[in-house]
Amino acid sequence: MSTDQRFGLDRRVTLTGPLALDGGGMLSPVEIAYETYGALSPARDNAILVCHALTGDQHVASPHPRTGKPGWWTRMVGAGRPIDPARHFVVCANVLGSCMGSSGPASLDPASGRPWGMAFPVITIRDMVRAQALLLDHLGVETLLAVVGGSMGGMQALSWPATFPHRVRACVAIATTARHTAQNIAFHEVGRQAVMADPRWAGGAYYGGEPPAAGLAVARMAAHITYLSEAGLTEKFGRRLQARGAKSFGFDADFQVESYLRHQGLAFVDRFDANAYLYITRAMDYFDLAEEHGGRLANAFADTTARFCLVSFDTDWLYPTAESRAVVHALNAVGRAASFVELSSPYGHDAFLLDVPELIRVVDGFLRGVE
Amino acid sequence: MTVLRPDLAIIADHVAPGASVLDVGCGDGALMAALRDQRGVDARGLEIDAANVAAAVARGLPVVQGDADVELAGYPDASVDYAILSQTLQTCRAPDRVLDELLRIGRHAFVSFPNFAHWRVRLSLLWGGRMPVTRLLPERWYDTPNIHHVSVDDFRAFLRDRGVRVEDAWFLAGDRRRGAAAANLLAEHAVFLLRRC
Repeated sequence: MSTDQRFGLDRRVTLTGPLALDGGGMLSPVEIAYETYGALSPARDNAILVCHALTGDQHVASPHPRTGKPGWWTRMVGAGRPIDPARHFVVCANVLGSCMGSSGPASLDPASGRPWGMAFPVITIRDMVRAQALLLDHLGVETLLAVVGGSMGGMQALSWPATFPHRVRACVAIATTARHTAQNIAFHEVGRQAVMADPRWAGGAYYGGEPPAAGLAVARMAAHITYLSEAGLTEKFGRRLQARGAKSFGFDADFQVESYLRHQGLAFVDRFDANAYLYITRAMDYFDLAEEHGGRLANAFADTTARFCLVSFDTDWLYPTAESRAVVHALNAVGRAASFVELSSPYGHDAFLLDVPELIRVVDGFLRGVE
Repeated sequence: MTVLRPDLAIIADHVAPGASVLDVGCGDGALMAALRDQRGVDARGLEIDAANVAAAVARGLPVVQGDADVELAGYPDASVDYAILSQTLQTCRAPDRVLDELLRIGRHAFVSFPNFAHWRVRLSLLWGGRMPVTRLLPERWYDTPNIHHVSVDDFRAFLRDRGVRVEDAWFLAGDRRRGAAAANLLAEHAVFLLRRC
């Protein structure tokens, strides 16, 4: 197995597809950057697909090649963790539209030989899921033991059994929603407008020159606020001043929270493509699982036999508990086996990535119950 | 294998193997786990306490966090063989509506509750003049979750008024089964198996 070039860290594959997109049109070829951990069992029944969030990547449990930081979900994936390469064949792929090696606006348009830019087709969460299915075909995985994700990863996780009812046995959707609300769309639009208002954006044709770093940094700052709770911000920063004894009566980053957000913005532009940010936030805004199924969310889950586990956090105001509960109601309406718990955490939306021992225990027990 | 609470053991003994069950107020899932492991039952649960839900889900049980007073409305008619409400009726804000939902969702319903007319409770009120604190009702008046105390005879009258058929009933005193005779005075705990007429 170890000699099979399809498996391992930092893999890339070019699939012919073609991938039919929700927005019309076809994408071919489809490039996918991904990683696998552990070995596919002889019965091919131990595969778990981990789906990443908006600005995430395929390095779920291995160091990020550019920043050197550990994988983004080592609490969930790794030896002795709920998703354990000793038991599971773990797949994590960079989503379609992103910029970590999968096809996106920064990758080359085979027709022109230049980066796609805004000529890249607008994609949806379901398109991301269909691209993942192409990858699983390539890897020889017909049925997933589970699909697991938080935030936008949770949208993909919910979209999986709705799109491929018989290819997935369990779905773990954390801190997520079955549709973007007006408020969710509004925050994303602020971010997109910040990018597009940066003169360096140049209609998306900035490749080869200076990227719209200032606009993207502002987008990230605004979004970052939505990932944290008010109580969490107060506890972390309060009104404390940044390395100074008094207010400057100017517009420097007087407050620690300003300095923190500026740092978050600057660190982000080093690792993320502005156009990819536009495309992925658009995909999230277009996400409405009920709309895709005749306006009734329960219809999305009518054909699957998958078991579901949903987790929300009490301080998450981006995708609050009511959104998870709406999914649970839809699952109950069609008699699906569902688990749901609202966990307490001070961390807001970001809690799914942070130290919440109950989350680990819940996901571990749920997955063992499915195996 | 932990030993089930006596009222849960009665319920577990009378659920048909392979049946489907919704356990409302399932706690940490002890009954659900027993039904699944010993009788191959497809058991789902609803529980209000997050720590209990986490414990149940960690046992691999499909349990949803929610309030029986609110969340039952979303379950389809006759979608399970048995809807179970153990030691929860007396904590509901609207026990009458919860019972209606139970009989709508389940083809049968198990309901167990502590009998507030047990002689110890009566004595405590009659001689002590104080709200009773007993083995099955251990909380004090201000911190008890039990907001709708009910006796065996209250419950029977309630069922009669609403035209609910009693398929079977079991009574417990000191964790032992006892007969139906004078149950309103002598039973600490009652378990009813019901169905809509």
